[in-house]
Amino acid sequence: MSFRTRWRKFVNVFMLSLTGVCALATVSVLFFILGYLLWYGGKSLNWAFFTHLPSPVGETGGGMANAIVGSGKLLLLASLVGVPVGILGGVYLAEFGGQTFSFVVRYTTDLLNGVPSIVMGIFAYTIIVLPMHHFSALAGGLALGVMMIPIAVRTTEESLRAVPGTLREGALALGTSKWKTVATVVMPAAMRGIVTGVMLTLARVAGETAPLLFTAFSNRFWSSGWNQPIASLPVMIYTYAIAPYDDWHRQAWAAGLVLLALVLVANIGARLVVSRGISFGKA
Amino acid sequence: MKLKSSFASIALGAALIAGGVIALVDSPSAAPVPAPLLINAAGATFPYPIYSKWFTEYNRIHPDIQINYQSIGSGGGIRQLQAGTVDFGASDAPMTDEQLQQAKVPVLHFPTVLGAVVPTYNIEGVSQELNFTGEVLADIFLGKITKWNDAALASSNHGVNLPNTDIVVVHRSDGSGTSYVWTDYLSKVSKDWETKVGRNTSVNWPVGLGGKGNEGVSGLVKQTPGAIGYVELIYAVQNNLPYGQVKNSTGAFVKADLASVTAAAASESKKIPADFRVSITNAQGKAAYPVCSFTYLLIPSKIDDAAKKQAIKDFLHWMLTTGQNDAEGLSYAKLPKDVVSREMKAIGQIN
Amino acid sequence: MASAPTTVDQVRPRGRTWKFIKRLRGGDEVAHLITLLAAASIIVVTVMLVYQLYVNSALPRHKFGLSFFLGKTWDPVSGEFGALPFIFGTIVSSALALLVAVPLGVGAAIFLSELAPPRISNVTTFVIELLAAVPSVIYGLLGVFILVPVLRIVVMPFLKATLGFLPFFQGPIYGVSMLAGGLVLAIMIVPFIISVSREVLMAVPVEQREAALGLGATKWESTWQVVVPFARVGIMASIFLALARALGETMAVTMVIGNDPRVNASLFAPAYSIAAVIANEFTEATGDLYLEALIELGLVLFLLTILINGLARLVIIATTQKGAAQG
Repeated sequence: MSFRTRWRKFVNVFMLSLTGVCALATVSVLFFILGYLLWYGGKSLNWAFFTHLPSPVGETGGGMANAIVGSGKLLLLASLVGVPVGILGGVYLAEFGGQTFSFVVRYTTDLLNGVPSIVMGIFAYTIIVLPMHHFSALAGGLALGVMMIPIAVRTTEESLRAVPGTLREGALALGTSKWKTVATVVMPAAMRGIVTGVMLTLARVAGETAPLLFTAFSNRFWSSGWNQPIASLPVMIYTYAIAPYDDWHRQAWAAGLVLLALVLVANIGARLVVSRGISFGKA
Repeated sequence: MKLKSSFASIALGAALIAGGVIALVDSPSAAPVPAPLLINAAGATFPYPIYSKWFTEYNRIHPDIQINYQSIGSGGGIRQLQAGTVDFGASDAPMTDEQLQQAKVPVLHFPTVLGAVVPTYNIEGVSQELNFTGEVLADIFLGKITKWNDAALASSNHGVNLPNTDIVVVHRSDGSGTSYVWTDYLSKVSKDWETKVGRNTSVNWPVGLGGKGNEGVSGLVKQTPGAIGYVELIYAVQNNLPYGQVKNSTGAFVKADLASVTAAAASESKKIPADFRVSITNAQGKAAYPVCSFTYLLIPSKIDDAAKKQAIKDFLHWMLTTGQNDAEGLSYAKLPKDVVSREMKAIGQIN
Repeated sequence: MASAPTTVDQVRPRGRTWKFIKRLRGGDEVAHLITLLAAASIIVVTVMLVYQLYVNSALPRHKFGLSFFLGKTWDPVSGEFGALPFIFGTIVSSALALLVAVPLGVGAAIFLSELAPPRISNVTTFVIELLAAVPSVIYGLLGVFILVPVLRIVVMPFLKATLGFLPFFQGPIYGVSMLAGGLVLAIMIVPFIISVSREVLMAVPVEQREAALGLGATKWESTWQVVVPFARVGIMASIFLALARALGETMAVTMVIGNDPRVNASLFAPAYSIAAVIANEFTEATGDLYLEALIELGLVLFLLTILINGLARLVIIATTQKGAAQG
């Protein structure tokens, strides 16, 4: 065997092993992260965490009940903004859109997707918090809702486009009007993809902290209505993690686990829904 | 297929319904009792331990009143008060004349407790109390003294084995009344500091890491070997961090505690003006700790919401009487009696 | 002139509203309108966002102009606001993140697409994609309690001892530092790179591989010289996507980067990124100039991410047109 061939063989084995090392390195780091969070967060969970309000500094036994509900409320508000605009916008792009306007909309949606979350927080601050003169769940919900739009639009459009043209043509041939076709034939066929998109985007904004820092602010008590500052899991994690109190650190880990569990369940659920795909042909 | 996609839709619908239920349960109109009055406040981290205790206790006594205090730093408290996004603020640094002008209505300062700012450190192998002079502290924070075994430090600390490690300076990254008190003191004892950096809630720190809030600074000092930072006394105590003695104006090295803080307030009490804005750092008196401060609640003199106004006035009354009893347990000094009686009268200025 | 009017509508002169409503003849038009409004609102919101950023940063723009970008001092006391330390911190931490994440990520993607048995590859990719969904603040939590101590106790002293002659590894060791910021970002963006790169690598037609192997190439040569170039557009897209995400990351970075607005060659020194300073100082920016300077920083960050996204598009278009690779 010539030297050149031996060299090439050596390079082959070496480089391929190197890629294996890369894979091992990244995967083990990522698995470690997951494992550590599960272990340490799990250790830190207790019943008080889910049912108690935060207690004064230095005292143990506090919990994050208001933050858990608070995150739920913020997500609800965000969906009220993000889901309709996102889905309807996606429908427009897939079914009704004209050439140039659709291009502009798509480009703008991509732009919006790239906006850093802290800048979204600034935006919500300038248009809601400043005029209203107080922090509110509304401002936080709006910031999160606008962040939901791009992903919802994109997944809705893609899901609708994935529906075979034959389905549409069949309905139209039977005399159904266009909007009825879209509403009763195309959208149900694409529903799985659309729901997946909504779940994924909800999971994404559930973990956002930066936009909430100066919009929803935070609250040591229960927050009623939409007009008051409201506690949320990500903000509590941040506040507690950078403080020196060990009990707060413990609660931050527990909250991290709860948040991660929420996000992962939504993501896994979304993927399973999509992967157990049955072809659209069947009725 | 219908089963699978409708399952997904049902799941989504259930989530939305759950959300709606939460919303209903939480909204004021559905509650069987009137919704509690929520008062929003923000500001200093310096008194946060006692404020969080006060507001929780007050809520226990008056369940219909919730005072939501966020510890974001004195700078934040002043800013949010000026912007009108909170009902009252809190700051260790009294508002400057400029800041008062920028507020929508005149702001009243109400001292709540007295605290001390201590130099806390994390040096491997050194658990004793170190002695610091004002000039040494200024030079450390200016970056002129960089090693723990520097001659200037050793000269005040005979018998302590100071290692040859780098000094890691930790300061506040946010606008802080604690920073104001610290830089105020450093400006009084070091001309160099006064000209190069000055006194303010937020300064251009020559060296060091930034921590957010007293909490962040304590956290960083606790985690970083060789670190020195300045925090309110209770943060060092609650986190088992050693803190040093500081040389006062008469030349004695004094440790921060209730006695030395009270002595500092007592010796400066004649200087306290009608609006309570005063600096008591580098106080006279042998027993006085040199880095002390009042911490203030910043209350607008004109509050439109009658319910909030009454609640705030009632709270201030409670704070000046029953509340003061909580102070010493958390290492804050109670207000001097004459200050309390002057404040009681000042409550009447809130309209 | 149109033909003679035959219907009532064409005869009677009508206002514009009537004409508009009349055009909504049926559900189709209504549906079109509603969805159009939804799509248009996206444009409206984006325009409003840019407008708000622009208008609310007027004070520092007029006061400093372009020198804002070159100013090294961020001094709220004297009213001196310079963005350079934050731009430096943002770009360097993101560049560091790419430097670490791209080789690791592309290498891992190659392994997963070419070498690993399908089941292992699928399961591993599934988990990696889940990790892309982990919120930033949780990475921050892990950064503060695990990464920073490890860096401070093990990694940085080692780097200082071995590579201390380089200006990047000099100076006191705090733990929180530019290096910590860059590494935590790297961990956060590696899942994106792996996931997208693996997909595009797997999409390369098997004929390409077989042709190379048929010509006598080793597996590595076929991968590196044929498959990867074929997929390079997608891989580059994933890199740009990862970069855009790294630039805007706030929470994880602010918890480990040290928050010191200084430009320093050493990776051990603390630094500050644009997103981190906005998060830390926004609620307490006393004075309008201070607050608006922070908003101007937000505008800068926004423009930076648009630039990167725009560059990504250009690169994709350019390389696609060359015909060398398809998506």
